[in-house]
Amino acid sequence: MANVIRRQTPAARLLRVVLYGVLIVAGLFYILPLVVMLMTSIKPLSEISAGTLLSLPQNPTFEPWAKAWGEACTGMRCEGVGGYFWNSFAIVIPAVLISTTVGALNGYALTKWRFKGSELVFALMLFGCFIPFQVVLLPMAQTLGWLGLSSSRAGLILVHVVFGIAFTTLFFRNFYVGVPNELVSAAKLDGAGFFRIFWRILLPVSAPIIVVSVIWQFTQIWNDFLFGVAFSAHNTQPVTVALNNLVNTSTGVREYNVDMAAAMIAALPTLVVYVLAGKYFVRGLTAGSVKG
Amino acid sequence: MSESTTRTAARPTASGWLQAWLPRLVLAPSVAVSLFFVYGFMLWTFVLSLTSSRMLPSYDFVGFGQYARLMANDRWWVASTNLMVFGVLFIVICLVIGALLAILLDQKIRQEGALRTIYLYPMALSFIVTGVVWKWLLNPQLGIQAMVQSWGFESFRFDWLVNPDMAIYTLVIAAVWQASGFVMALFLAGLRGIDDSIVKAAQLDGASLPRIYWRVVMPCLRPVVFSAVMILAHIAIKSFDLVVALTGGGPGYATDLPATFMYTHAFNRAQIGLGSASAMLMLGGVLAILIPYLYSELRSRKHG
Repeated sequence: MANVIRRQTPAARLLRVVLYGVLIVAGLFYILPLVVMLMTSIKPLSEISAGTLLSLPQNPTFEPWAKAWGEACTGMRCEGVGGYFWNSFAIVIPAVLISTTVGALNGYALTKWRFKGSELVFALMLFGCFIPFQVVLLPMAQTLGWLGLSSSRAGLILVHVVFGIAFTTLFFRNFYVGVPNELVSAAKLDGAGFFRIFWRILLPVSAPIIVVSVIWQFTQIWNDFLFGVAFSAHNTQPVTVALNNLVNTSTGVREYNVDMAAAMIAALPTLVVYVLAGKYFVRGLTAGSVKG
Repeated sequence: MSESTTRTAARPTASGWLQAWLPRLVLAPSVAVSLFFVYGFMLWTFVLSLTSSRMLPSYDFVGFGQYARLMANDRWWVASTNLMVFGVLFIVICLVIGALLAILLDQKIRQEGALRTIYLYPMALSFIVTGVVWKWLLNPQLGIQAMVQSWGFESFRFDWLVNPDMAIYTLVIAAVWQASGFVMALFLAGLRGIDDSIVKAAQLDGASLPRIYWRVVMPCLRPVVFSAVMILAHIAIKSFDLVVALTGGGPGYATDLPATFMYTHAFNRAQIGLGSASAMLMLGGVLAILIPYLYSELRSRKHG
């Protein structure tokens, strides 16, 4: 579909100038909030009230970042968002690893070892991608209580694994459908078993989908707020909850530069992932939402 | 025939049995988890919605009383109406911006990759971060309003964030900023998948460019539009973080959505029964868009 506008008349040239103009203005709409956030986070407070959103920092300082990391008050406590940043990692890493592993095995079993009802099993699990999580909040709170996992990191990991499996199974299932069955049948005739076939045949070709699954799960879980706010206590909160508490703390002078620094800190890991592996990020988005 | 020979060859040994059942054993925990945490919890919430639970879940049933209370609750109606306004605007604007940007980007643009990256990055951010940033930009004393006024337009007003009648639109702005790049990516992928020859044929017939896009290209993109609407509607119904971070549901409860209504009543206001009823209605909303979608997906799969 590319390349429809191509004739080199003056009118067409003008059209191209307009085209670039529109695209750049749109780019500004998307990029300016990030620029403003970054600039505000390195301004001293006095410059913020004196200048405007777009005035450049006169005396750039990383003090707001240090304060956001180590001393800013989130709710009652004044220890910055640093600890919560590590909390998020402590929750995200195991949750991503477990849900991706389980998803890979599920997808493999569902495509290469079809049995009566395996499609039904898939459909049944798929539903977990679509429910509004409000519908599971209250029973989840009670179940975590029974399991002794209330307000713990382990509890949050469990929640993210449970509701992540639907997505990871979907990813791997759709990917493994495309791997030729002949390879697997041949191995079966040679007497290779379930795990051996997975390990020797499926896993070596799975790198792209593993990357997609890891990135998708990482961003989903890192960006989660609902489960974080419902099921964590002050010492197990993820960074999104801490950021929200920090920004909504009503005591003292509003330190916008510290707020923006904290927002940057909370955003950095997923931004880094996006910049480094944007292609896979997009693939995850489309695969996770447009099914099939 | 070979099928039956292999079957007779595999004698019913313990290890043979294990091999046959291993796939099911591997799936079993996930199935159990789904049954309990998804279907069981849905049922559980439904049961709670039929009780008079307040601070703690109790199991004295009051029938559909909580739903009746919900229907009589002004705040619920504000939340539902907000969802309609927010959802429709969010979906329509995202589709228009996403389709436009994709079409424009599809004209052999230099630096296309860089532009795409910029358009899409908000999707990588948490809605909490988005909310915090836009709260800052929309702050009348320090944000966009103050900036434009400092340029000499003293009478410029952009105080939607603190205006109960307009605050819901600030949610639309921030949500569109976050998600429209993603719709662009979907449309771009769709455009790249269209066969050039159809367009060439239309060009030979003398159709103008806008006409080609409207009559030839857009119909090919119908599945993309359909998927995008479905995903965006889903995002809209689930929107919780953005409201919490941007407006806190305020001013007053002017920007409440069902998602925040449910959370507030179930967790902060000791109205578990009422909160559960609202959660069930949210589920109903999701099902109402999901079932037609899945139905058409499955049908097209069979035909194609």
